[in-house]
Amino acid sequence: MTTPPTPATPSTADTAGAADTADLADSADLADTAGAADTAGVAERLTSLVAALRAHGLRIGTGETVDAARAVEALGLADRELLREGLAATLLHDLGRRRVFDQVFDLYFPRRVGGPEDASSDRDDLRDRLAEALAAGDRALLAMLAAEAVDALGRYGTGAQGGDGGGPGGDGWSSYQTLDRLRPQTLLARVRTSVRERDGATGFADRLLDDEIRRRIEAFRTLVAAEARRRVAERRGAEEIARRAVAPSADRVDFLYAGRDRLAELRRTVQPLARKLATRLAARRRRAARGSIDLRRTLRGSLSTGGVPMKPVLRRRRPARPELVLLCDVSGSVAGFSDFTMLLVQALHDQFSKVRVFAFVNRLDEITPLLVHGTADPEGLGARIRSEATLTAWHGSSDYGVALGEFAERHADSVGPRATVFVLGDARTNMADPNLPAVRRIAARARRVYWLNPEPRAQWGTGDSAAPAYAGLVEMHECRTAHQLSALVARLLPV
Amino acid sequence: MFTSVDDVSARLAETGYLASPAVATTVFLADRLGKPLLVEGPAGVGKTELAKAVAAVADARLVRLQCYEGVDESRALYEWNHAKQLLRISAGRDESWDEARTDIFSEEFLLTRPLLTAIRGDEPTVLLIDETDKADVEMEGLLLEVLSDFQVTVPELGTITATRRPFVVLTSNAGRELSEALRRRCLFLHIGFPDEELERRIVRLKVPGLSEALTASVVRVIGALRAMDLRKVPSVAETVDWARTLLALGADTLDEQVVRDSLGVILKHQDDILKAAAKLDLDAL
Repeated sequence: MTTPPTPATPSTADTAGAADTADLADSADLADTAGAADTAGVAERLTSLVAALRAHGLRIGTGETVDAARAVEALGLADRELLREGLAATLLHDLGRRRVFDQVFDLYFPRRVGGPEDASSDRDDLRDRLAEALAAGDRALLAMLAAEAVDALGRYGTGAQGGDGGGPGGDGWSSYQTLDRLRPQTLLARVRTSVRERDGATGFADRLLDDEIRRRIEAFRTLVAAEARRRVAERRGAEEIARRAVAPSADRVDFLYAGRDRLAELRRTVQPLARKLATRLAARRRRAARGSIDLRRTLRGSLSTGGVPMKPVLRRRRPARPELVLLCDVSGSVAGFSDFTMLLVQALHDQFSKVRVFAFVNRLDEITPLLVHGTADPEGLGARIRSEATLTAWHGSSDYGVALGEFAERHADSVGPRATVFVLGDARTNMADPNLPAVRRIAARARRVYWLNPEPRAQWGTGDSAAPAYAGLVEMHECRTAHQLSALVARLLPV
Repeated sequence: MFTSVDDVSARLAETGYLASPAVATTVFLADRLGKPLLVEGPAGVGKTELAKAVAAVADARLVRLQCYEGVDESRALYEWNHAKQLLRISAGRDESWDEARTDIFSEEFLLTRPLLTAIRGDEPTVLLIDETDKADVEMEGLLLEVLSDFQVTVPELGTITATRRPFVVLTSNAGRELSEALRRRCLFLHIGFPDEELERRIVRLKVPGLSEALTASVVRVIGALRAMDLRKVPSVAETVDWARTLLALGADTLDEQVVRDSLGVILKHQDDILKAAAKLDLDAL
């Protein structure tokens, strides 16, 4: 793939590492935004960047901020991508927050100020040029086109008719509107033909072409979103946009409001998360095994030293592998939360002697075997559970009372004195009887019962929520994000 | 050590390590700010190689501490040579206890381990602490003093401070969450999979015999595999292995037969192979 020469527009230099004239022009822009290149301006910009990151839950100390400033000094402002990497290296401590960082960085160190200079392009012209750029796979060109597209198509509010410059009455720029008008996804066939014409059908790798083009289109969509955020931030101030429009990292997303793609992203983190939790559990077990002296083996060992016990032998605890029972509400409202938790527990299954998983909406059914196969194909898990298990009677809304009663009646034998029961659900009974006696019966049989509720604590007990009633019987925890879940699992899982 | 970021990439490239801009920038900063570099990333993307390349560029001695579960002070820092001390005591004649004591706790009886070795040297040194996540939490506490002040305290000898700060690289596979305190003392670098262009250059550098067109196809297939939801996605090491395999097989273009036969080189789980075969439209395996 050949990269065409960098376009002459000063503001499009995005090719990392290339120190050409375009980059120098870029640095002038950057310096402008940073307050005429004076160090006070940069320092102020840096501290407000840090403040915005802190507001998103990143723990950044003063020491790191000072390091970041030294990094800026060492790297200079000449190349924006180097600056981005430098600040990331000094301010971040793990990969999970990189996504948040990149979005905030784009707001505080924007690629340029204002709209692109030749913003006269109309929709068809833009589509033509976009198709070319997608065929070439040129990121710098795509970034420039994203800027132009937002400028030409994304404006809404009173200034919506304005082309170049725009009146101050314009209320903002919308990435949704831009993409809706531009429809980059419909270019797929066209780009495919033009790539094939250029390279010829290159044998085997040709079948990958569609997916590659789709990924490039997806990248273009993120570029448009970033550009729209930047333009809005210019009008309303970076602080507000950084607070409101920057998507949080995946493990801080509320389960109840996470979209399909965020849930898919979360599912990919199950395996690494499970590995981390497993080591944490192992550490807890090691600590728990220290302490009491095995008298018989100590005395036996002392024979070789003439009866003086030189080396105390500690009692090794038999690894009691606990049993785990999961009761999951898989009705529409909390399905994302349940799916994720089930996969996580399944990934941890070798930590336990037995894991049994039951799912319910208003009927209850065991789904352990489904889950064992489900790890190979996590996306299809939810659909498979709903099609293969009997979870609903004549209506489709969740009924905790009936489901818990059914569990206490039919599957009580699965809960032994060594079993820990986790109930996952929002405890919204749709006004039906919460069936507290059933919960009492389960709690009496099990070693511990925990209830993980994906709703914020403030909403417990509002509307049809029976959360306070259940919380009176079993320990209930708020569990809104993957971050909270992993903390809870590490603390609550029996060792 | 380096004058600019471009200087870093150019000189690393001379030793056969092609660095992405992120890698070059962070190495440059680690050198400028004098801070340790914490490198994370999937297996086989060249974390350890980076330390070796930096050592080669700086013409420095590479001191390596391989971490494992149970690595402790006496393996990482220093140890007194007890046997030699006993010999010295029994060989000693008419001397006072004080003389003997100061004598047996002297440099002569000290066995230096990697951390102390790296700090005491006068020549330029690159200290590689490999797979830090494998070590226990207690080990991290030990690293804190070494990494923040580049000094080690030996009770009998006093504090030994580095005359010349070593360039420190810690690597981790994220098997365990490293403590916040340790992370704070380091610059953080995540080496991900390289972009297509860089990966092509890497393959061409490591397997020069492979034709340009085939290299491009190899990198594209690997890119497609990485986008799939596999248990173990192929890393750069696997790309290079695959390129070597294709060269050995004498293939000049990729076709279904070749890919089907050599998929085992890049994918290590049977589930993954089946899934990839289905998605790549390979016929029944």
